[in-house]
Amino acid sequence: MTNVSLSTRPQKSMVATSLRIALYTVLLSVAALYLLPFAIMLITSLKDVEEIRTGTLLSLPSTLDFSAWGKAWSSACTGSTCDGIAPFFTNSFQIVVPAVIISTVLGALNGYVLSMWKFRGSEIFFAALLIGCFIPFQVILLPMARTLGWLGIANTTSGLVFVHVVYGIAFTTLFFRNFYQAIPSELVKAARLDGAGFFTIFRRIILPLSTPIIVVTIIWQFTQIWNDFLFGVAFSGFDTQPVTVALNNLVNTSFGGKEYNVDMAAAIMAALPTLIVYVLAGKYFVRGLTAGAVKG
Amino acid sequence: MKKFASALTAAALTIGAANTSSAGQVEVLHWWTSGGEAASINVLKDLMKKEGHTWKDFAVAGGAGESAMTVLKSRAISGNPPAGAQIKGPTIQEWGDLGFLTNLDDVAKAGQWDQVLPTVVSDTMKHDGHYVAAPVNVHRVNWMWSNPEIFRKAGATIPTSWKQFLVEAEKIKAAGFTPLAHGGQAWQDATLFEAIALEKGANFYNSAFVDLSDKTLRSEDMIDVFRTFRAVRDYVDAGFSGRDWNIATSMVINGEAAMQIMGDWAKGEFTAANKRAGVDYLCSPAPGTHDTYTFNIDSIAMFKIKNKDNQAAQKDLARLILEPEFQETFNLNKGSIPARLNMPRDKFDSCAHSSMDAFVATSAANTLLPSMAHGMSTPAMAQGAIYDVVTNFFNSPSMTPEKAVDVLARAVKSSL
Amino acid sequence: MITKNAPRFTLADWLPKLVMAPTVVVTLVCMYGYMIWTGVLSLTNSRMLPSYDFVGLSQYERLFNNDRWLVALANLGLFGGLFIGICLCLGVILAIFLDQKIRNEGAIRTIYLYPMAISFIVTGTAWKWLLNPTNGLEKMMIDLGFEQFTFDWLVNPDKVVYCLVIAAVWQASGFIMALFLAGLRGVDGDLIKAAQLDGAGTFTTYRRIVLPSLKPVFFSALVILAHIAIKSFDLVAALTNGGPGYSSDLPANFMYAHTFTRSQIGLGSASAIVMLGCVLAILIPYLYSELRGQRHD
Repeated sequence: MTNVSLSTRPQKSMVATSLRIALYTVLLSVAALYLLPFAIMLITSLKDVEEIRTGTLLSLPSTLDFSAWGKAWSSACTGSTCDGIAPFFTNSFQIVVPAVIISTVLGALNGYVLSMWKFRGSEIFFAALLIGCFIPFQVILLPMARTLGWLGIANTTSGLVFVHVVYGIAFTTLFFRNFYQAIPSELVKAARLDGAGFFTIFRRIILPLSTPIIVVTIIWQFTQIWNDFLFGVAFSGFDTQPVTVALNNLVNTSFGGKEYNVDMAAAIMAALPTLIVYVLAGKYFVRGLTAGAVKG
Repeated sequence: MKKFASALTAAALTIGAANTSSAGQVEVLHWWTSGGEAASINVLKDLMKKEGHTWKDFAVAGGAGESAMTVLKSRAISGNPPAGAQIKGPTIQEWGDLGFLTNLDDVAKAGQWDQVLPTVVSDTMKHDGHYVAAPVNVHRVNWMWSNPEIFRKAGATIPTSWKQFLVEAEKIKAAGFTPLAHGGQAWQDATLFEAIALEKGANFYNSAFVDLSDKTLRSEDMIDVFRTFRAVRDYVDAGFSGRDWNIATSMVINGEAAMQIMGDWAKGEFTAANKRAGVDYLCSPAPGTHDTYTFNIDSIAMFKIKNKDNQAAQKDLARLILEPEFQETFNLNKGSIPARLNMPRDKFDSCAHSSMDAFVATSAANTLLPSMAHGMSTPAMAQGAIYDVVTNFFNSPSMTPEKAVDVLARAVKSSL
Repeated sequence: MITKNAPRFTLADWLPKLVMAPTVVVTLVCMYGYMIWTGVLSLTNSRMLPSYDFVGLSQYERLFNNDRWLVALANLGLFGGLFIGICLCLGVILAIFLDQKIRNEGAIRTIYLYPMAISFIVTGTAWKWLLNPTNGLEKMMIDLGFEQFTFDWLVNPDKVVYCLVIAAVWQASGFIMALFLAGLRGVDGDLIKAAQLDGAGTFTTYRRIVLPSLKPVFFSALVILAHIAIKSFDLVAALTNGGPGYSSDLPANFMYAHTFTRSQIGLGSASAIVMLGCVLAILIPYLYSELRGQRHD
């Protein structure tokens, strides 16, 4: 790919240099602004309660105090149990991992059908699915609760996986379908003339091309599901609450004074898995988007 | 059509407690997560353990139980309600009407609930004449918490009427303190509003917030209540909007603000900060409301569940809640008074004593009133309508009191 | 279209449909079925739980007589307009800036992108502090010596919506930037070289060639942003809970409060249907162009 670049044009070096400096200044100050909320959280988590009360938001802690982190992890109270947020990570992973895998696989197959094996009504169905993305999720809480009860998976991890898959498919299908749309249909046509079947073509031709979009989809789904609070709170049982619900309980549980340092440490920990995914895979995310996901 | 409700009930009966396998579990949905509440709930948990049952703690914090109510509806509708849930007041009746609640009459009879509970409490716990819920406490809502140090410095005295409140608040403001610690959340606005309305007497209060009489809601007295409410607004600090109640309480504790109008759960915050009642802080009825008492009763309603062992555990839970041991410990932690009458009172502090005396006195004088702000006097929809008008008025200086009563009366009418 | 040339294998005919079947069923039931159910409930006087006493359109009448709903709708208009506009501008500008062979581009990009990874459940408290006049930005500036600095939007009913916009832009603009960056990287380099050989300046090149070629990205971004704006819920719940008063309420919060805490399922459902109507108003033009565009392939 070719970059469009200000510097590709011959410029007087003085002008170019000052332009570069201005450019970096803008980019870095915007970056600082973006970091501000997170910086406040991090700094607060390292102060003790007294320092939080007396100091300002961005005043650095006098000593680095990691005790809040330990407490948030294993001994802070979420309601009447005081085991920190550690136990809830298991729940979250038990929900997120299957939900991401299932919705990605289904999305890939759907996208494959909708772009390469169009049938009568498939375009209309795609449109219908797109509209489905836009349902405000608050609307479906009650009927979904009834459905889950009817399926016998109410308040279980499987129930939550089911819900996330159902409302994730629309997005994953959209991603894959738009990506596959850009693959020349001659490839598939030729393979079919050679007698290759539906799944063979998918495995041999389509799948090897799909890495960028799989990465985008996984990042998207992982973030959405990990951060979900609404479904987590409405459909979980006492032993299947995901970490966002536990975090909310922890922040609202206090004995006398509010321990903001513990709250902030817990919040950062709850956000860590998605942050790590973004930091490690962010490069592939943009690459994947480039590879076609955004082309309407 | 009642078909849906009965189908739900059937579902509740058949699939109820689907994921409970071992014997004697109770799952309790609650939002007692702050102050001493969580510790108090642990008392109950231990008592249940002693009985050989398992306690499944289902805490959903935040927003005065908003999330918890969502969870409860979702659980009930999926046919898998918890054994017990923290619901109160008219909401108990609504769940009872839909056929979700189980009958606790045998436990109540064995424990002589009719004798040990005041009528006002036991009435709330009954649906159709049968006990369906167990009360854990009685909160007095119309309290004022004040910092005597600030009053001394400002040369002010504790006000006993809202008119006097404005005078004293002016002195405190002049001395450089925030007169009223307040958090701008709808329920806190309503708590303050209710305390002001209460000065107009029990008849006015009942007519306005229990009977929702259009005439009273539009009356000159109500206009006056809004006028006072607007005047009081001048004495809160700039950052009040969205502040949590316990942060407001800490302003009184730390000597930043002189007074807070808040229910007796605020006492838990003072206790946790090692402050002594009558010395470091004062509790007095909200201005002009000495002879009245707005109550807020927390309770655990018991849902119909299927598993026999769990039903037994559920009955034990109901019994234990009423036992003096739990009532005492829970309420010492929470700042409220026991729902049971004739409890030993030596462990309670002066504020609790005063609340106990006032409870008995107002009960005799028929000035014991259900709190509107805490969902004891009206179903949720009317309460919500009142909340909207009150909080909007408090935050829009351009709205006149005359306009407010008109909006209030119309909002209440359309909510029903 | 491939299907026309398909060999006459019955298997090949029904396999794609079979693969799609679970999605079709789930979509029909869990999206459209529930939508219809919500539509039905909006015609009833359902209170705490659904019931089926039909009352015609009176819930809609109540809805549009409800001041809080009107405030929520107006807020959505203001919030949505500003949020979408600012995100698009900021996204394009940052993407163009970042596309200038910047050193450490990866690190900067990650910083812009990270807010998308975190929910407001996590950052809500930090944002509340930052925007609160007594301990946030205002205090920081005053401590720094700017005595006259005021920043009280969070507690000002007329300005609070702008606080929502700030936080929402913070969360979404990095993602939009990534979309545009991806779009820029996909622009045909030959076109640009040709333009530059013709002597077009940098600015002209961007205006004439690069930006027009980003049109599809603009469209995708617009739809994504509209989607985020209409569904905004956590944002309000974490930052203002609708306050001061109900001046910062958005439709999703109105709907949630009435359905779940206020026992007004009928009214809540009516508001949900109106929200869906807004969604359709945005989506139908998009779908129209999307599906029409395909025919030219």
